[in-house]
Amino acid sequence: MPKSKLTTLDEFKALLKDGMTIMVGGFMTDGTPEQLINAVVESGVKNLTLINNDGGYPERGIGKLIANGQVKKLIASHVGLNPTVAKLMNSGEMEVDLVPQGTLAERIRAKGAGLGGILTQTGLGTLVQEGKQVVESEGKKYLLEVPLAADLAIIEATYADKFGNGVNIGTTRNFNPLMALAADKVVLGTYKLQELGEVDPSSVTIYGVLVDHIVQIEEM
Amino acid sequence: MDAKQIIAKRVALELKNGELVNLGIGLPTMVADYLPEGVEVILQSENGMIGMGHIVSGPHNRNFTNAGGTSVTILPHGACFDSAFSFCLIRGGHVDGTVLGTLEVDQHGNIANYMIPGKMVPGMGGAMDLVTGSRKVIVVTTHTDKSGNSKILKQCSLPLTGVACCDLIVTELAVIEVTPNGLKLLEIADNTTVEEVIAKTEAPLILAEPVKTFSTN
Repeated sequence: MPKSKLTTLDEFKALLKDGMTIMVGGFMTDGTPEQLINAVVESGVKNLTLINNDGGYPERGIGKLIANGQVKKLIASHVGLNPTVAKLMNSGEMEVDLVPQGTLAERIRAKGAGLGGILTQTGLGTLVQEGKQVVESEGKKYLLEVPLAADLAIIEATYADKFGNGVNIGTTRNFNPLMALAADKVVLGTYKLQELGEVDPSSVTIYGVLVDHIVQIEEM
Repeated sequence: MDAKQIIAKRVALELKNGELVNLGIGLPTMVADYLPEGVEVILQSENGMIGMGHIVSGPHNRNFTNAGGTSVTILPHGACFDSAFSFCLIRGGHVDGTVLGTLEVDQHGNIANYMIPGKMVPGMGGAMDLVTGSRKVIVVTTHTDKSGNSKILKQCSLPLTGVACCDLIVTELAVIEVTPNGLKLLEIADNTTVEEVIAKTEAPLILAEPVKTFSTN
């Protein structure tokens, strides 16, 4: 066993830097480790680029970082349940890059899988196409969508062992396993920390080999 | 029934037993409540579930939610997965049909439902992938907006969600098929006339022979 990955909230905060690109798992904050988001708020780091499915809610999930003025740019597919995002977008205070949800998932996966990009028909003929290369393959047109990378991924598992092998229950899985592959450093928040051997290897959704830090967190 | 119920009930007749279907949040979700007896569809939710059941009231259960972040049940045949697999189902042609609400739809089958520049910017979520990958795209909308303007246009003016991707438009007044030659009026509600539907539709309509009638009860 390599050295312990167990990390305190204070040690987690020490990993955060101004200007970082951070992927945050979760879908409308379900599957988002809220306590780790709170720690990012407390750290006060600024000029973040966040990659998340959505904009969270005004007072929950990454919405708290947006409300706190810590986010320079948001890359997301849907921001309709956090009106602050549209406000900051329209006033020019925050840059928002809207990406179709399937394309967002696949761009993150492309980075994690070592691919140079993906070809998709999603977004052809729409604003999403602007500035992108159109590639013809087997007689059909596709948009070339490039990989998305991050300095840090903040993800969750419902429970995990001390190596970081984790399980996401139900729909909390969403972007979490994809982001574990696509960031330089991966921080896993989990609600129940288990001993090695206690997590069924066949049920694992977050793979410990990808996890750098494990923080035991509480639901909030 | 109100307009939404009329639309949901009529759309339900378009779904076939055993189909894998993605219903958008809001009116489209209501379609599941009106499936005829003997018709069961498998609901896909893009946040990572097939076999979605019903919305659960009471405390939020974060482990099983729909794409609007609302707690739902999962049926015995259900399964959960990550977002990449979810959109493999959608983009890969494994989803038989999707039902989406809209701001605008036009005679070419273009749909615009994700933003009003400078005003409302919800984002496309999974809609762009759904209109691209679903085998059948059904658009639901009230026939006119609150000011009485047609929602079925010659040409969409808002940023498009998808180009030439819609198959069927269902309103509280009409069922309209998108064909290569334009929009074809297949059915009208039993409380309107062909003349009224034509008057309330900006895009030209080709009349089916005959134009059938659907129930509003």
